[in-house]
Amino acid sequence: MSEQEPLLELKGITKEYYGNRVLTDVCFNLRRGEILGLVGENGAGKSTLMNILFGMSVISETGGYNGEVCLEGTTVNFQSPFDALAAGIGMVHQEFSLIPGFTATENILLNGEVLHDNIVTKVFGPRMKTLDFPAMRAIAKNSIDLLGVNISPDTLVAEMPVGHKQFTELAREIHRPEMKVLVLDEPTAVLTESEAQVLLTSLRRLADTGIGIIFITHRLQEIFDVCNRIVILRDGKVVREVATTDTTMPQVAELMVGRDLSGHAAASTEYDAATETILAVEHLWVDMPGETVRDVSFDVHKGEVFGIGGLAGQGKLGIPNGIMGLYAAGGKVRLHDKDVPLNEPAAPLAAGMAFVSEDRRGVGLLLEEALDWNIAFTAMQAQNKFMRPLLGGLIKWRDDRAIRDLAQKYVKALDIKCTDTNQPAQELSGGNQQKVCLAKAFAVEPDVLFVSEPTRGIDVGAKSLVLDALRSYNRDKGTTIVMISSELEELRSICDRIAIVDEGRIAGILPPTASAKDFGLLMIGRRTHEQEAVNNHD
Amino acid sequence: MTRKTFRQSLSRFWVGNAVPVMFVVLIAFAIPLSRFSANYLVGEVITRLGRDSFLVFSLLIPIMAGMGLNFGMVLGAMAGQIGIILVTNWGMTGVGGLFVAMAVGTPLAILLGWAAGIVMNHAKGREMVTSLILGYFINGVYQLVVLYIMGKIIPISNSAIVLSRGYGIRNAIDLKTMRQSLDRLIPLKIDGIQIPVATFVVIALLCLFIWWFGKTKLGHDMRAVGQDMKVAEEAGIKVERTRIIAIIISTVLACYGQIIFLQNIGTLNTYNSHDQTATFAVAALLIGGASVARASIPNVFIGVILFHTMFVVSPTAGKQLMGSAMIGEYFRVFVSYGVIALSIVLYAWKRVKEREQSRSSLRGDQDL
Repeated sequence: MSEQEPLLELKGITKEYYGNRVLTDVCFNLRRGEILGLVGENGAGKSTLMNILFGMSVISETGGYNGEVCLEGTTVNFQSPFDALAAGIGMVHQEFSLIPGFTATENILLNGEVLHDNIVTKVFGPRMKTLDFPAMRAIAKNSIDLLGVNISPDTLVAEMPVGHKQFTELAREIHRPEMKVLVLDEPTAVLTESEAQVLLTSLRRLADTGIGIIFITHRLQEIFDVCNRIVILRDGKVVREVATTDTTMPQVAELMVGRDLSGHAAASTEYDAATETILAVEHLWVDMPGETVRDVSFDVHKGEVFGIGGLAGQGKLGIPNGIMGLYAAGGKVRLHDKDVPLNEPAAPLAAGMAFVSEDRRGVGLLLEEALDWNIAFTAMQAQNKFMRPLLGGLIKWRDDRAIRDLAQKYVKALDIKCTDTNQPAQELSGGNQQKVCLAKAFAVEPDVLFVSEPTRGIDVGAKSLVLDALRSYNRDKGTTIVMISSELEELRSICDRIAIVDEGRIAGILPPTASAKDFGLLMIGRRTHEQEAVNNHD
Repeated sequence: MTRKTFRQSLSRFWVGNAVPVMFVVLIAFAIPLSRFSANYLVGEVITRLGRDSFLVFSLLIPIMAGMGLNFGMVLGAMAGQIGIILVTNWGMTGVGGLFVAMAVGTPLAILLGWAAGIVMNHAKGREMVTSLILGYFINGVYQLVVLYIMGKIIPISNSAIVLSRGYGIRNAIDLKTMRQSLDRLIPLKIDGIQIPVATFVVIALLCLFIWWFGKTKLGHDMRAVGQDMKVAEEAGIKVERTRIIAIIISTVLACYGQIIFLQNIGTLNTYNSHDQTATFAVAALLIGGASVARASIPNVFIGVILFHTMFVVSPTAGKQLMGSAMIGEYFRVFVSYGVIALSIVLYAWKRVKEREQSRSSLRGDQDL
């Protein structure tokens, strides 16, 4: 195999976004008939790499890239995904890109239909050609058969089970005779276990026809089941390229998440597991697009900082959004042993919970309003604070002075950089906006505070300020905090316990002192017996 | 379980067909009240099928392309009227005159449709309200053209259609030479009922065209764009261009439809004939069981028959019931707008339900 010319070769790919380096000297190659597993955490650079490969416009708009992409020995630089497609590189995305009211055949040959000439064509051009359905059906059938699955080409996509939709996508990519390289981005994420097995078998079959496949997944087991080699990306660099037979799953997991931990003192836990349970979540499901929570149960103890981590799209963000009533949810949430109704945003606020949303500019702030308004808003709306009753309570009047005093208190306490408390929220920097969001939640004086991605999109200095503010609020007021973050290190630095969410379920709960390898294994959907034990202990 | 699914399928049928079923019931009550003879009613409905079907057909293609009900079809109607006015001025008569009117109206309709398509591409997801307001706007331009430019800039020599001041078109134009020239081209009378054979032939050809169009690459692309613009775009279909073409076809068909409508009526109310064109066409289509996102050829015919039967019987039924024909008159206008509002609300409600349904597998046990 090794003497064979590589099908696809990436040489020294380097990419910066606005001075922020996301890929550094990435080199690897793909041979014919090979399945290459590409793994890495969020932000490791997988999607940027694929964007470069497919000539997505976002790359050229941000100044292009350095390095070379070679397809069958010739350097290519695609200007659009259609160029990539024409050259024989296809991709199956995590999200379906199918037309629901069309049949499998129509979707597989979408915009690649078999056409007939007719008289009108001469006058009005090729778009008046008629479709040749029997020929299209034959091609689609061929393509489906190649995958070794049993789907009728005449089934409407809307009526298919999820697994069949994924196969239809795959069939669309491979029906082209020129197809050489196929990229699959988390194709098994939406599949059941048995469907995923069938897909893996199909991939093997495809590879045997000489197609090279790049397989991106966070389920390491699948990589080990089907891939010849693994490329591990971390922080934009290839940290390891290894044959599957020469490594083990724990090794890969560790390489994937493992970072130098010096300098990040794990949280000093004064927290005592024996304290009472303040928040109990049982069998929670949340229908939040892209962050579906399927079945989550956990307890949070009074006074602790409870972390929730996991890879993007696995459902960690759905948990606070569902509990706070922002997305359709079901299950049981109990605060202080009292049921909190779901799907009613006012109820959790009234019960004593507050939420700092990951969507700072959308949900978190009234961008065009002044700071003092922003800080007082939730407390005012949910708790009737800062209101003066007039005419015996018939009319409630806003207490502007109290609002201003409150805002000034928090501007001082959190060191919010602003001209004065009348400044509109949109004029502040990201870090200061985040502090306003925190102040807004603090003003409610909650018993349990949910903080979602508190440091996303803010610079390093502001990050530690935000984390310190959370930690000291927890310590001084004894407020229980549930923090959701994609950054494991951040969670490990302030949390007392960390739950890892995988595929809408809690994969396990670990102390912050647990090793990177253990966290990594949870993220890739593999429980060990120790972690089961931790779960049971809770 | 089976009872539940039976109830589900019953409710699905009801949601899908509530409007036509309601109308059948309504008309079943109104016909005996009106005391019209069957012969008269059938004759009226046949006349109106010939008169209105073509206009209603012009709505089908934008629905296929996911642009909803094209209230902007009045743009085409206005183009057709300008064609009719000019042809009358030039003294052309008969079916030949109609065809020249169509030939004059076509480039105008293409231009207006192209402009409307561009505007609607800037208002994706809000095409219906955009096209409605666009219709009002172009109505103003039309009035300027007809009231001022015609006779001032465009020479109008026929004194029968020019206002006595020398420019501007009279309020009503008698189309006597063209009156029913198409309808009576192939004369046929059955049991005293005049059958507009040639008009029906034209409509049949249009049906054939629409059926064939659905099988062309362009028609197929329109269906794809109509269902999911993003997916279509990713597949390399030129979404915006496809949408513009859909609106152009609709506008041109509306132009022809209005000319056929006017030749049947026999007079052109220069400033009013197009006022209710879109509303009535849309109402008829919806009454035929179409929705904002789905319409077929049978919907057109069922809709025209039901809507116009109601149109014919409601004034007299109103008179019998309430002692005033005005009640019936009022009723039919009220019904047209009501049906449009109802259909749009039903559609929005159905979309929410469908979205929930499609995500039901992602949700936990609902009974918890």
